[in-house]
Amino acid sequence: MKQRPAADLSALPTYGIGPRSPTWWGTLGFMALEGTGFALAAGAYLYLALSWPQWPLGAPRPNHWPGTIVTLLLIVSLVPNHMLNRYAEQCAIMPVRIGLVVMSLLGIAPLVVRWFEFPALNIYWDTNAYGSMLWVLLGLHTTHLITDVGDTIVLTVLMFTRHGNSGRRFGDVGDNVFYWDFVVASWIPIYLLIYWTPRLG
Amino acid sequence: MSSSDLTSERDLVPQATPKGDLAPERDGPRDTGLDDATLHRWLERTWRTKPGIIGALSSVDHKVVARRYLVTAFVFLCLGGLNAVAMRIQLSGPQRGLIGPDLYNQLFTMHGVTMMFLFAVPIVQATGIYLVPLMVGTRNIAFPRLNAFSYWIYVSGGIFAWASFALSMAPDVGWFAYVPLSGPEFGPGKRADVWAQMITYTEVSSLAVAVATIVTVFKQRAPGMSLDKIPLYVWAMLVTSFVVVFAMPAVMITSTFLILDRLVGTHIFNPAEGGDALLFQHLFWFFGHPEVYIIFLPATGMVSSIISAFARRPVFGHLGLVLSLIAVGFLSFGLWVHHMFATGLPKLGASFFTASSMLIAIPNGLQIFCWLATLSDGRPVIRTPLLFVFGFVFTFVIGGLTGVMVASVPLDLQVHDTYFVVAHFHYVLIGGSVFPLLGAAYFWLPKLTGRMMSERLGRWHFWMAFIGFNAAFFPMHLVGLWGMPRRVYTYPAELGWGNINLFITAGAAVFFLSFVLFTFNMLHGALRGAPAGNNPWDAGTLEWATTSPPPSYNFARIPVVTHAEPLWAEREALPVATGLRVDARELVISTVAEARPDIREKSATPSIWPLFAAIAVGATFLYSIFTPWAVVWGALPIAITLIGWFWPKGDPEDEE
Ligand code: HEM
Ligand SMILES: [Cu+2]
Repeated sequence: MKQRPAADLSALPTYGIGPRSPTWWGTLGFMALEGTGFALAAGAYLYLALSWPQWPLGAPRPNHWPGTIVTLLLIVSLVPNHMLNRYAEQCAIMPVRIGLVVMSLLGIAPLVVRWFEFPALNIYWDTNAYGSMLWVLLGLHTTHLITDVGDTIVLTVLMFTRHGNSGRRFGDVGDNVFYWDFVVASWIPIYLLIYWTPRLG
Repeated sequence: MSSSDLTSERDLVPQATPKGDLAPERDGPRDTGLDDATLHRWLERTWRTKPGIIGALSSVDHKVVARRYLVTAFVFLCLGGLNAVAMRIQLSGPQRGLIGPDLYNQLFTMHGVTMMFLFAVPIVQATGIYLVPLMVGTRNIAFPRLNAFSYWIYVSGGIFAWASFALSMAPDVGWFAYVPLSGPEFGPGKRADVWAQMITYTEVSSLAVAVATIVTVFKQRAPGMSLDKIPLYVWAMLVTSFVVVFAMPAVMITSTFLILDRLVGTHIFNPAEGGDALLFQHLFWFFGHPEVYIIFLPATGMVSSIISAFARRPVFGHLGLVLSLIAVGFLSFGLWVHHMFATGLPKLGASFFTASSMLIAIPNGLQIFCWLATLSDGRPVIRTPLLFVFGFVFTFVIGGLTGVMVASVPLDLQVHDTYFVVAHFHYVLIGGSVFPLLGAAYFWLPKLTGRMMSERLGRWHFWMAFIGFNAAFFPMHLVGLWGMPRRVYTYPAELGWGNINLFITAGAAVFFLSFVLFTFNMLHGALRGAPAGNNPWDAGTLEWATTSPPPSYNFARIPVVTHAEPLWAEREALPVATGLRVDARELVISTVAEARPDIREKSATPSIWPLFAAIAVGATFLYSIFTPWAVVWGALPIAITLIGWFWPKGDPEDEE
């Protein structure tokens, strides 16, 4: 088929951030499907809780403190996370490097506390269905946390190499920031569900 | 031109000019003003899949990946079909001793699982992987490496299921594997674990493709292809991908809960310890009903494409069709409970789900009327693809009617788990998906192979398939009403079901043979068929603007779209965009609603790492059937392969 030039794209930029970039949309897509998974797991918990009048099946209440500390750490981490986002938008390599180191540490810290959260549930996964659901919810979020922290660490290392200083990499940093927000946001309902619904009744 | 000409780099000198600001922007030669031959050499050098085995395993070309998907899914269709033939031979007469109950259980489970998870969903997604980037006028799918990864996951998951079958370890608990039958108490051995892990694993691939498709449609449409100019098929794939994103996690959660109950002793589905068996059914059907629409919606998109090409006019009621696609997508999530009427749910709840099941008939009916209006207004040329569309409408309407019947609680209670239901869902699945797919094969295979399939054999194929299908499945309604339950490996002679079952088996044999004929026609067409040219049907969408088969870079220059049927609007010369780099894989990212060109984005280069990552993930899943520690041991290889995948290798595509 014959062609006639109708548009000149040569002046377009070679990368964009946020909703301009496809990776941002891909990240959003993965958030949507993971969020659906979380919602269904939470739904399963509520379904069981509502089907059994004697829920939580005579189990002792979980100790909420490790979970509360994790929650606070995650909320605090949002501040440097968004500072990092601004540096990434400005393509400022040194502040981005520092920000990523900080975010790696702020990712490892809740993971350490998370280790103490499991025993603080005060029940095993194979005691009864209530115990199973607590472990499943906490396990799901922990998997989530581990993958994102791993991702952040790799990206941090990458930014210290010669590959770091490129628009594309700064876009990756922005997407990492975006994803961390989701890790934090998805934790809040799970936290409430695990530690505070048993205290309601 | 020989291939060494293509790759010789004598006059292809890149002229990098680093600018030296904060985030340096490098540059290379552009396509502006290049003559066609030079442009082709540059683009071919940049975009091709490298020769050799490593090159093939590293390919990220959406067309290459899609071809593999299509061939693999077709092989699984044949395998699942052989399962069905084996079952039908066993059932062809009363008390036949060919197949015992244990093997029969594996056969219908493997048939259902193969057809649903290894054939129907992958083949519609594969068609999308091939066609969507071409139809929206871009050079590759979004996240090409993820797409390649998804194929390796899919094929290894399928091999895993069939290897278990060969070892007599195949799941035998039905395609939906209800607890308690599949639970730790009643499902000893590894068979139900195979079901659970195979489901979780293959759905990873489906989700990956869905995300890649959504982003391709949102961000990679050719300049000017605003929302109202997106072809209906692309809309259908978009809605389908959204349904996948929100439905597939449900089945992964179900199968994960099941394997946890089986392997580490959780009690999620165990009523004795505060769990609940019905929870399994809720979670499963929250996926399972939308699954039907995941299979059916793409088929409607294919039908729209075929009808408008042969009616020689745009589909009547474009906007109405888009809206009904979206409505069906939403409604498909409100219906799952109609699979559970026999479980004694509260009456009010059941009535609600009956009502919503009837409601979905409205947008579906609307689509059918729009198609009929298009055909009656145009001057349809009846060719094989259109014949299959007629077959689809006829079959799907019958399937829809019996669907409305089983959506009412009293009737469902009567025919639940009988052959009436088997007849119903084959009318929906085969009528609603396989017939349109066969039509689509006749319609689009010339694009893939560059050659036409035989029209005469095509007509034979259609009539054999249509008659065979109806002969096999219509009588099943009757035996179902007479009381023959599904999933039985035999029946006593006194019940008098012998003759009708023999007839059903004969019909199934004719239907199976029609696929043999189809296979012959495909191969014959691909090797000997008449050359197809770019646009054999004189259709209007962008996939027909490029050669058949398309070059590795799809379009020498990205089209600029002015109309929903761009090729009908611009008969003299296609408006195109210039200014892209030719020494790196550059494509156009546009804005979501209006498709204004926004970024010259680089698309990922070939890589072997997605394959390695799939192997690492696959080995972890396989191992996890035997010990939960697999998840811990598998983490390291998975992490390494993912780093290998994402770590920049210094190509312009990685760096800029
Ligand atoms: C060659 C064509 C086919 C034949 C002859 C056939 C035959 C059968 C038969 C006889 C059964 C019932 C087995 C039983 O309950 O004892 C069955 C079940 C089933 N078929 Fe097919 N089928 C065919 C194609 C398909 C296709 C294309 C699909 C999906 C796209 C499909 C999906 C299913 C499913 C999901 C089941 C239920 C399995 C279960 O009970 O767990 N079939 N088929
Ligand atoms: Cu349904």
